[in-house]
Amino acid sequence: MSTATATAAAGTRTVRIVYFAWVRERVGLPEETLDIPADLATIADLVRWLKARGEGYEAAFTDEKIVRAALDHVHAKPQARLGSAREIAFFPPMTGG
Amino acid sequence: MTSPLVRIQREDFSLQDEIDALSTDRADIGAIVSFTGLCRDEAGTLAALELEHYPGMAEAEIARVAAEAAARWPLMGLVAIHRYGLVKPGEQIVLVLAASAHRRPAFEAADFMMDYLKTRAPFWKREHRADGTLGGWVEAKADDDDAAKRWEQAP
Repeated sequence: MSTATATAAAGTRTVRIVYFAWVRERVGLPEETLDIPADLATIADLVRWLKARGEGYEAAFTDEKIVRAALDHVHAKPQARLGSAREIAFFPPMTGG
Repeated sequence: MTSPLVRIQREDFSLQDEIDALSTDRADIGAIVSFTGLCRDEAGTLAALELEHYPGMAEAEIARVAAEAAARWPLMGLVAIHRYGLVKPGEQIVLVLAASAHRRPAFEAADFMMDYLKTRAPFWKREHRADGTLGGWVEAKADDDDAAKRWEQAP
């Protein structure tokens, strides 16, 4: 393993990110497994990082305040810390019932 | 109370079957309030609603809401069933049953369950129009958020 690869691996962690409804459609994927920088502290930090990945993400998170998030199946606010969450979800306000 | 029953399913449900399951072989229940949510045809413009959900979280979140209701009112039974997939006008989408010794806790718990189910359960509705086109995602209503906030005040 090269030094560069080892450094990158040490600085990231693997999470599963899932998307629903129009967030899923704009991102273009129902889910993905990503190596995210370990220094992303909050959901808002992750959203900023995702938005830099491409147009679909930019479109999904145009109005960051509208998109809701969950950490391991529990609703979470933008300022919530990612902690050791393994599954992070993004979706529009809910319309069930 | 036995633990709340939460089911997320594609299939339809029977109100009477669920009431029977809740009340058969017991005589302590004095009130069962039921709420059934149906798909409207929106004046003939709607062919169906497509309900998307977040498997795993939908069950978990409704169970959390049900646990809050059970902690807040003296309930003898609580059932929440929510469908996903394609639902046509006139068909059932959601069922809440709340059982108690007296009517007031049953009414209030069912009302609470529905308010929080609408704003917290991870489901999203999309319209399929009668003219064959795919409609948009249904937008969340501020009314529903306001209704849920009522319960934040002291009971």
